[in-house]
Amino acid sequence: MATNAPATKPKTLKDGYIPPAERLFSPGHRGCAGCGELLAARLVIEAAGPNTIVANSTGCLEVTTTPYPESSWGVPWVHSLFENSAAVASGVEAALKSMGRKEGVNIIAQGGDGSTVDIGLGLISGMLERGNDILYVCYDNEAYMNTGVQRSGATPFCASTTTSPSGEQSFGNMRPKKPMVEIAAAHGIPYAASASVAYPRDLQKKVKKALSIKGPKYLHIHVPCPTGWYAESINTIKIGKLAVDTGLFPLYEIENGVVTGVKKAKVRPKVEEYLKTQNRFKHLFAKPGGDEVIKQIQAIADRNAERLGLDEK
Amino acid sequence: MSKVTGKKVVIEGSLAVAEAVKYCRPNVISAYPITPQTHIVEDLAQMVADGELKAEFVNTESEFAAASVVFGASTAGARTYTATTSQGLFLMFEVLYNIAGSRLPIVLTCANRAVSAPISIWNDQQDSLAVRDAGWIQVFCEDAQEIHDFQPIAFKVAEDPKVRLPFMTMLDGFVNTHTYEQLVLMDQALVDQYLPTYKPVVRLDPAHPMTFGALAMPDVYHEIRYMLNRALMGSMSVYADAVKEFNETFGREYTPFLEEYRSEDADVVMVSMGSLCGTIKDAVDELRKEGMKVGLVKLRMHRPLPKTAIRKALDRASVVAVIEKDISLGLEGIIATDVRATFAGHDGPNVLSYVAGLGGRDVTVPQLKTIMKEAATWKGRESPDEPFWVGLKRDIIPEV
Amino acid sequence: MAEKLTDGAVVKPASTHVNKTGAWRSMRPVVDLEKCVKCYICIDLCPEGAISALPEKKGVQVDYDYCKGCGICSSACPQTAYTMVREEK
Repeated sequence: MATNAPATKPKTLKDGYIPPAERLFSPGHRGCAGCGELLAARLVIEAAGPNTIVANSTGCLEVTTTPYPESSWGVPWVHSLFENSAAVASGVEAALKSMGRKEGVNIIAQGGDGSTVDIGLGLISGMLERGNDILYVCYDNEAYMNTGVQRSGATPFCASTTTSPSGEQSFGNMRPKKPMVEIAAAHGIPYAASASVAYPRDLQKKVKKALSIKGPKYLHIHVPCPTGWYAESINTIKIGKLAVDTGLFPLYEIENGVVTGVKKAKVRPKVEEYLKTQNRFKHLFAKPGGDEVIKQIQAIADRNAERLGLDEK
Repeated sequence: MSKVTGKKVVIEGSLAVAEAVKYCRPNVISAYPITPQTHIVEDLAQMVADGELKAEFVNTESEFAAASVVFGASTAGARTYTATTSQGLFLMFEVLYNIAGSRLPIVLTCANRAVSAPISIWNDQQDSLAVRDAGWIQVFCEDAQEIHDFQPIAFKVAEDPKVRLPFMTMLDGFVNTHTYEQLVLMDQALVDQYLPTYKPVVRLDPAHPMTFGALAMPDVYHEIRYMLNRALMGSMSVYADAVKEFNETFGREYTPFLEEYRSEDADVVMVSMGSLCGTIKDAVDELRKEGMKVGLVKLRMHRPLPKTAIRKALDRASVVAVIEKDISLGLEGIIATDVRATFAGHDGPNVLSYVAGLGGRDVTVPQLKTIMKEAATWKGRESPDEPFWVGLKRDIIPEV
Repeated sequence: MAEKLTDGAVVKPASTHVNKTGAWRSMRPVVDLEKCVKCYICIDLCPEGAISALPEKKGVQVDYDYCKGCGICSSACPQTAYTMVREEK
């Protein structure tokens, strides 16, 4: 891959080619083609920089990036268990503080929606309550993808998963998404925000902003999963944009309890445009009563728009 | 013991633990309170609050989190400590295996307590023995002096680059934690000499990034677990050396794997662990006065199991009565099974299993004397398939 | 000679690059540099990080050792500078 090497070493891929062994996130990982989560993870660590320690929960991200003896991670990185990356990160922070090595070091705890909103919720709550100087990042692909697309507390209303499948007598997951950004913010932390891999520059800005704040921070990133959402990998970003633009996954920040940084738009597409891109919602277009369900999903989007002021006048 | 240096005090067992941990200069302590461990962590919290101990004390929302915090701190290169018991130890179960497999030299004190259900806060050893397979070094202590002294030994062995394994020391809940005993405190300067600053082989460090906790496919997992077991077995000699050096530094006379009390010429030998051994020694003395050749082998190291030392201590006996405050449900006492294992394929004594003192039930000198007399009648007979239950109140047990 | 295992399975950083995931793809993205306006959105959106800038603002280049052929770059490019072409093998 030899090219005319620039005079100075490229800092980012936008400056020029960087040999994979020198990257913060090396290619060669086992993520599916078009994986939203792996893309988001790369964007997060590139925004955070080399002075970062990552504690990662079990899940797609962990498994695909660290098959012994290889690792995609160019920063110090630790995986313990499924539910405890927040507590592990708390321990890392305590260790660095106790040994006078904390200055200038970012600490990120991260995991998927399964490890965040379900099995690890208590440990995240503890970390937020303790006030550790840690950024928690949730990569939300709306189901337990690594184990085969089972529902999580973040699975949206009426999505079909393997443990909440649509069927003769079911429209799929009948429960709403756990409002994780609000749950995090309710702990009184300085910064909580939602982001989407479909808006990568906004995502990286939010990572940098969060890391500039002292104390516990929470970032919830929507990451389409072509494999688990039964969609085409080429549409990963298009789907992610529609999730945001329809109001189903709004982008906003909560700083010290106050909603700020809301992404508004003049035009808000109808939820059908989003739902029809993924076969996990295809039963809504096929089953009798599906159109009623679609109306309920539109109502969710409308409520988000009202609550956050998504519609630009 | 003229070489013993240090201040003589009368303090609560829990404080004996906390003082020793303080001398070991841990960087990070994280624990969740649970009876009867509470005084240990409260004492440590007070020491930190008073600036007596310079450590990060992390309060957590559960034992699972506390174990995970020390996991993270240890991976970042800190010397770490936690304490728990019973239900708390069980809540840490997943993390205990994770810690050992990740080769982290975390030190934990377990204030042995019965396990639920039914719920009981009183002493027995079901809790720590239930996690014997996790890959932790396990050493059981009899009294306040021992639990105090074995803390620096624990850190020293755990952190040895040839070992790199977590170390669990046990004392008996309430019996040891909440009673006052006379002991000699270690001298801080001597502890610093015995236990230098922790130098991790690898750690989380942006200057030298490494990945911890990779996925092991079937082509390597088997070997990595072999390496873990090899390190655990190898820790026996490192531990023996560490105890020897401790004795020389502090003027003590500990034998690393087990203590033989009047057992060299004994016909009937009791085997046990922990505070019960104190009572057994009294029973042995009384029976010796009455002319019976009895003795006690107090087992200290339980994992790795020091088979050679156990065989050597017991092979002259005709009957071994293993009396313990635990049971492997569906089989017998755990230590009894372990002792049987040391004699598999070797000529040896008849091994009997006695389950005693569950849930804090007192085990008395008269009971122990009766057991030893009864055990003697099992010379040359096949031992029963089920354990003996000591002091069982049959009159309150309904018929089947 | 076999590579020895590490205690606790500790692994060297940024080492997955030995695994050339380019072998996975059935379609490859081909960029028309004349259409490229150097917005670099494709660089941001490649899950592999397989796209990087050419020197002297000449455009972008795809590292075919790692490109899995997902097509995100072709879908995201505002100038439709990418075409997805079937792999010959």
